[in-house]
Amino acid sequence: MPEQLAFTIEVFLNGLMAGVLYALVALGFVLIYKASGIFNYAQGVMALFAALTLVGIMEGQVPFSHLINAILGTEVHHFGWHIPAFLAIVLTMVVMIVLAYCVQRFVFRYLVGQEPIILFMATIGLAYFLEGVGDLMWGSEIKTLDVGLPQGINVWIDEFTFNATGYGFFIDNLDIVASIVAAILVIGLVMFAQYTKQGRAMRAVADDHQAALSVGVSLNFIWILVWSLAGFVALVAGIMWGAKSGVQFSLSLIALKALPVLMLGGFTSIPGAIVGGLIIGVGEKLFEFLIGAPFLGGATENWFAYMLALVFLVFRPQGLFGEKIIERV
Amino acid sequence: MKYKLGTLAVAGLMAASPVMADLVFPSLSYRTGPYAAGGIPFADGYADYFTLLNERDGGIGGETIRVPECETAYNTEKGVECYESTKGDGALVYQPLSTGITYQLIPKVTADDIPMLTSGLGRTSAKNGNVFSHVFNFPANYWDGASVAVKHIMEQEGGSLEGKKIALVYHNSAYGKEPIRTLQELSEKHGFELKEVPVDHPGQEQKSQWLQIRRDKPDYVIMYGWGVMNQVAVQEAANIRFPMDKFIGIWWSGSENDVLSAGAKADGYKALTFHNVGSDYPLYDDLQKHVIDTGKAAGAGDQVGSVLYNRGLYAAMLVAEAAKTAQEIHGVTDITGGQMRDGMEQLEITEEKMAELGLPDFGPEFSVSCENHGGEGFVAVTQWDAEAKEWNLVSDFMQSDQEVIQPLIEEDSKAYADENAIEGNC
Repeated sequence: MPEQLAFTIEVFLNGLMAGVLYALVALGFVLIYKASGIFNYAQGVMALFAALTLVGIMEGQVPFSHLINAILGTEVHHFGWHIPAFLAIVLTMVVMIVLAYCVQRFVFRYLVGQEPIILFMATIGLAYFLEGVGDLMWGSEIKTLDVGLPQGINVWIDEFTFNATGYGFFIDNLDIVASIVAAILVIGLVMFAQYTKQGRAMRAVADDHQAALSVGVSLNFIWILVWSLAGFVALVAGIMWGAKSGVQFSLSLIALKALPVLMLGGFTSIPGAIVGGLIIGVGEKLFEFLIGAPFLGGATENWFAYMLALVFLVFRPQGLFGEKIIERV
Repeated sequence: MKYKLGTLAVAGLMAASPVMADLVFPSLSYRTGPYAAGGIPFADGYADYFTLLNERDGGIGGETIRVPECETAYNTEKGVECYESTKGDGALVYQPLSTGITYQLIPKVTADDIPMLTSGLGRTSAKNGNVFSHVFNFPANYWDGASVAVKHIMEQEGGSLEGKKIALVYHNSAYGKEPIRTLQELSEKHGFELKEVPVDHPGQEQKSQWLQIRRDKPDYVIMYGWGVMNQVAVQEAANIRFPMDKFIGIWWSGSENDVLSAGAKADGYKALTFHNVGSDYPLYDDLQKHVIDTGKAAGAGDQVGSVLYNRGLYAAMLVAEAAKTAQEIHGVTDITGGQMRDGMEQLEITEEKMAELGLPDFGPEFSVSCENHGGEGFVAVTQWDAEAKEWNLVSDFMQSDQEVIQPLIEEDSKAYADENAIEGNC
């Protein structure tokens, strides 16, 4: 196989994998927007908060220890235990459900019926609040997240492709795991929405919340459920991204990677988030490889993702899979 | 009621008025935001050194030191606000740990007659004191770093880089682009091929860049990164099995933060430095006794001895010595910003002085003059030991290639002087 073709295929495959990671972040946005019409600016910070909480629980870190020590003059930092990853994930999920309840109970319950921009502004406030609380609770240092996920080159693929094409492809084991997890997550979410009572209620609220209310669906419950699901998705995204870079405050910036995916895939479609993620991932990686690095000096991925999304927007303002906007006089 | 309000107003005024007898060293720190992990240890080291001087020596020359801290969150606008809100407090010197803030403050500090020290960051050509009267960047700058990285690689390669390939992975910003010109000159001089690989902010996703490196197979990689870019780069380099001892970061890519998350795979990674590592120095015994044991350490007190803590401590030591020099020159203890500038311009750091301060072999010897605000450009190389979780100095402090760097400094500073109609200060 010609070397350039092998490189292109490798870049394409890595683009797909990167796209899955972007889609993981975008999913959380879609869930909340679909059910409540809220564009949740805090989704990236939720991923950070979830990952911080996970590491804190696993390592037995005392939450708010700096604050406690400053006020009481004590020197407590750790409980002295290490919790297995699975149990820590479950406990983190409990924290995210409590967070979902608090968000609904103390913020959005009072904003029902408000303009979308007001709800959006509330999520901006929520993002900064959560970032501050996360800092106060778990500290600002970079934390190593080790939940046993494999990382590094997949040797089997490397050897197989080398024997077949003369060039060993690089595929990161973590990306393979992320793809499998994303697939399970999407299938799980779709099945939940299709085959469970709560899922059907969630879809009913998404379609028409007033009609759902009139047949006895509790909006409060559904919104807490949706924020909890978004919290779970944020936790999964936080684990995948946190495993690459350590858990640190810049993790909240992964939301920037989700925006072009949402523009492209539509704000209301779970499959749209996946397909959008894949298109953005492949598009930006191929552009960087074929045009960006050789002719434009490189580092084109950030702006190219948005440009690609904008081009799609021109032809389909609702995104690839978004609901078509029809307004009748 | 009126009496109460009047009392409150007087109390408020008293609280707000600067205590002019103190020596004020504002700390533009960042303990929050995406770069907090780097900002916290530096700010702690900076504050702890001054606390030590207050507790052990009663300040500098009998004058108590104050270190008002202002949070910038590594945001340039906030950094400028911090400068404006603290300069009237009798500020003697600023050390913004940010190239963006530095660029904004260069004209301001010059107009306000307050010096600024930007060790290992900021505008490299500020070394030319003839143009940049109030900006100092001793003991080393970005170009010194690039030059010493190449020098170290040359040593590793037995003295010749002919036909070798070096990739520069850099933060796609003014900071990250700083070494490009120097490396291009060095590549011509030594005959190596330079590949430039930019990474966009924040650098959380670098798959394309490391696939490119895997394809290009450079012999060495030099990195100018900051924040999350460093951790991801080290992880990605490990993923593609790039040899870690051939991967060299600038000093802003060489702290514990940058390697711990990659675990054992980061073993052998190298970074440049302009000061030594660890806490095995007599000064740290004093710190333990007067600052840490007495509960006066800054922050959580858990950063002592880390790379960036040492850098903050070193930064404080340099300006404290400059303040002493200023007091000697002017014969007063309660110095002003302008007098502090004079002290910085006549600062001389010798090994003898470092040993007296309890920091033997901690940093290079250098001297500052009106023309040379950057010292002699001595830089060393450190290497990460993942098992012991510590950095070790693996080279002597080596001088950068002044033959290449000095003309670049002249050229860049001349452009600034022409733009701003500066005729020369020396």
